[in-house]
Amino acid sequence: MSLILLIEQVLNGLQFGVMLFLMAAGLTLVFGVMGLINLAHGSLYMVGAFACAAVATATGSFWLGLAASLAAAAAAGALVEIVVIRRLYDRDHLDQVLATFALILVFSEATRWAFGSFPLYLNVPPSLSGAVTLPGGIEYPAYRLAIIVVGFAVAAGLFALIAKTRLGIQIRAGEADREMIGALGVDIARLYTIVFALGAGLAGLAGALVGTIQSVQVGMGEPVLILAFVVIVIGGIGSIKGALIGALLVGLTDTLGRFLLPIVFATFMDASSATSVGSALASMAIYVLMAGVLVARPSGLYGVRA
Amino acid sequence: MNRETAINTVLVAGLAAVPLIASAFDDPFIVTLATRIVIFALAGVGLNLALGYGGLVSFGHAAFFGLGGYAAGILASHALNYEPLATWPFEISGTTQMLVIWPIAMVVSAFAALVIGALSLRTSGVYFIMITLAFAQMIFFFAISWPAYGGEDGLSIYVRNQFPGMNTLDPTSFFLLACAILALALLFSSRLSASRFGLALKGARQNDQRLASVGIGPFRVRLTAFVISGMITGLAGALFADLNRFVSPSMLSWQTSGEIMVFVILGGVGRLFGPVAGAALFIILEHSVGPISEHWQFLLGILLLAVVLFARGGVIGVLAGGARHG
Repeated sequence: MSLILLIEQVLNGLQFGVMLFLMAAGLTLVFGVMGLINLAHGSLYMVGAFACAAVATATGSFWLGLAASLAAAAAAGALVEIVVIRRLYDRDHLDQVLATFALILVFSEATRWAFGSFPLYLNVPPSLSGAVTLPGGIEYPAYRLAIIVVGFAVAAGLFALIAKTRLGIQIRAGEADREMIGALGVDIARLYTIVFALGAGLAGLAGALVGTIQSVQVGMGEPVLILAFVVIVIGGIGSIKGALIGALLVGLTDTLGRFLLPIVFATFMDASSATSVGSALASMAIYVLMAGVLVARPSGLYGVRA
Repeated sequence: MNRETAINTVLVAGLAAVPLIASAFDDPFIVTLATRIVIFALAGVGLNLALGYGGLVSFGHAAFFGLGGYAAGILASHALNYEPLATWPFEISGTTQMLVIWPIAMVVSAFAALVIGALSLRTSGVYFIMITLAFAQMIFFFAISWPAYGGEDGLSIYVRNQFPGMNTLDPTSFFLLACAILALALLFSSRLSASRFGLALKGARQNDQRLASVGIGPFRVRLTAFVISGMITGLAGALFADLNRFVSPSMLSWQTSGEIMVFVILGGVGRLFGPVAGAALFIILEHSVGPISEHWQFLLGILLLAVVLFARGGVIGVLAGGARHG
């Protein structure tokens, strides 16, 4: 096992982690501010990916597609919030789960209606298609490196938004006491729509960025959604910082587990069974991590309430 | 007789009439369809114990459904291939006897429910929903990547397992067998909800501090309910494996968890016959709208949204009216 390969895998883990962060940030914001559990977040990720693929194919520009993904997902998010989601804030979690499960069915079928069942493919933009040489002579795809940079930039922007801006103050106040900020004259309904659309836009961006690495298809959102749940459960629901730490932990655990576990098992097993045992255990690794975190801290690493 | 009892009677009569309707129309597929309804209703009866009576929103009951199915599939495949299941410390062979398979499926599911429940019940609310979902995903991914029993391709059971004195390959016999089990589960469920344990479980849902103050620990009550709930759903999984003569990781998928939950909620949470009504409506809808439009899931989504937003209490809640008791 060479060190260069290991560093490459660490970078892959980081890339996976920041992508999960983009998903988890929206989920955790929506839960923190509105107390809503949103299963349809994965559908917004899918909407972003399809919007990017459709616009990039039509115009030939990946960057226009990227902008379209943000706009389309945020618009879909705002629409869904106004039509359905805002009726759910006062309901219990069971109703929220079921209603957003229904939204997944609606979104998936509507997308299949519009685009068909075949996966679409997105090309990496030419300016990012090559590999870059990192210090130490490591060749790494420029596009994946760009995702890492974008992810950390979005994280920094989100922290600044929450900590410094007027909207951020309202979001934090909304987490603490929604009746009070309503009484102070903040338009709660508008704030909720903005927060939901912000989370949706981030999910759409994640979908578009990943759409170039994987294929764009119906149902692509749900596996990522479940991983994003694992992230926010580990990080503590409602905490952006927890979402970032949790996302990086999950990304690195999953990627390095898939890489290292078969190698570890190969030291005392024959090669083929080591691969199957190692990969079977690696696919469970993040859930074991989550169970471990919960045993130690039932409300997550940075969670404040159970 | 109040309206809920009347609805329940109609549901029972409807199931009893299935073999007659099928022979009148000379369409044995109706029986198979009804068997699906009965098995899904059984899975829902299991979930209803945790979800309806205990307020434990488990989004991971596919784990137990799938484990029950895999227990049946693995035992049968070993018996049919004449390979012992284990050779050490003593030889254990597979079996095709349902009477042996069912208890094993229930024990396997109960054990899984005990482990998952003991960890998940440390949390509550949204955490509980997500953690049960995550544990089910863990088992799902394990089933996909473990090649010994088919991995992603699933596992076929070439001949349906046997029940003494019965030809289980005959659709009507198998249907009646499934009905008998559903009836037992419903009887058990109604006895349980009226028992001291059931009252304690409902108390834990409504106010666990008050329950603790009268000297009953909510955690043990909830965990017991979760284990029983998992066992019943696991039994349904074993029957489902035999119905299809096929087990695959899709039984363990999060969509299956969602569907079992939909059966319960569509029918009416915490209503004894809620899962039966919900499963019947779901399957009938799937098969009546499915051929008309391949996008029937779109309609299902809209219907579900309407039920959640406007018809709280599910089908039985709307028809029978009144708040559910307990």
